[in-house]
Amino acid sequence: MAVVLVDSGGTNIGSVRYALQRLGVDAALTSDAAAIRAADKVILPGVGAAGPGMARLRELELVEVIRALTQPVLGVCLGMQLLCAHSEEADTACLGLVPATVRRFTEAPGLRVPHMGWNRLQGRREHPLLAGLGEDDWAYFVHSYAVPVGDYTLATCDFGGPFSAVVAAGNFHGMQFHPERSASTGAKLLKNFLAL
Amino acid sequence: MLSRRIIPCLDVREGKVVKGVRFRDHVVMGEIVDLALRYRDEGADELVFYDITASPEGRGVDRGWVERVASVIDIPFCVAGGIRSVEEARAVLYAGADKISVNSPALERPGLIDELAEAFGVQCVVVGIDSLRDADGEWRVRQYTGDPSRTQALARRTLDWIIEAQHRGAGEIVLNCMGSDGVRRGYDLEQLGVARAVCQVPLIASGGAGAPEHFHAAFAEADVDGALAASVFHSGAIAIPELKRYLRGQGDVVRP
Repeated sequence: MAVVLVDSGGTNIGSVRYALQRLGVDAALTSDAAAIRAADKVILPGVGAAGPGMARLRELELVEVIRALTQPVLGVCLGMQLLCAHSEEADTACLGLVPATVRRFTEAPGLRVPHMGWNRLQGRREHPLLAGLGEDDWAYFVHSYAVPVGDYTLATCDFGGPFSAVVAAGNFHGMQFHPERSASTGAKLLKNFLAL
Repeated sequence: MLSRRIIPCLDVREGKVVKGVRFRDHVVMGEIVDLALRYRDEGADELVFYDITASPEGRGVDRGWVERVASVIDIPFCVAGGIRSVEEARAVLYAGADKISVNSPALERPGLIDELAEAFGVQCVVVGIDSLRDADGEWRVRQYTGDPSRTQALARRTLDWIIEAQHRGAGEIVLNCMGSDGVRRGYDLEQLGVARAVCQVPLIASGGAGAPEHFHAAFAEADVDGALAASVFHSGAIAIPELKRYLRGQGDVVRP
């Protein structure tokens, strides 16, 4: 199975690659359109801001390439936000594959932004991506912007209200947390993605 | 609900994990990767590695062990010590660290915090602060604490620095209360409480953990987001699974 990591310039690419190695998969890091199109699975990692993230994909001429993919695609953290239609972060137009607008968390008493740490996955829908997930599965989040809950939401998380932790729209999937840093829960979810 | 984090801190010196008392007299506690794996298996929420000699000696972090840790560990970890430029931070992050923490270099040149936040986002940028109460009752910042012979007392007030660091782009503050560090009599709840009031980003307590009650007090009384400790974990005095069971029993939100 050919798994590629889109070289979107995020600093977590190494960590995602190591996580896949621990599952026995050697993922190639690439920005080559042909390699991405030919892959069985495509992962779009990402750490940083939406504006530079989209700029990087445009610069690599990958926007249309990603939009046209039909194999399972997984966006991680910022990668998931880039799959959405729009981000409030610097008013950025994104890939438009998940019909959502990414919004900033609002600070409130006891609600420190960024949302940084372990939080519980809730409100799970039946989906092969979430196979084996229980009531007490926690994931590691680090983000200041989030995807609201919608028809595309597979699992939620609560931080001053529910937001999307896992999304799917057709062959495009997203995880707001870092599966590569979410211990055995993260490994299970990555394994599920590889099995889609 | 976001959980409170339990964070073992591994002070690294020449490729080994060490721990001193009141920042002095370091003794070797074990191999980096072995201890990292042990804490991951026990349920640590995050790990912090401080290269305690990098900053006083003016050299950067050795990236070899960062890569080794990143390849085996599936919980987040932060690397601190001697990161004094965007390029050095990039190398550590690309080696697999999730966050970088700056302390002495940010005191030398506060603009470093702005540059790191601009380059990587605030979520990657932790500012570590070593703080000690002076005779006049004021908490002030210490610099180069990795080497007692070079440690300097600064005129900078700890609370002013916490505020400035956030404005510049710190996504998290680790407040190491040196007066309570290494002696296991509990976190400095007074100082942490005052810091919490001016800290809008995640605040991590450091220095003084000796018993499970100390962790609960830091969460319940000082409302810190995480509690960092070293010797009580390295020595086995506190086992993380039992600590977490205790905290859950006290009503703290912790990951199982």
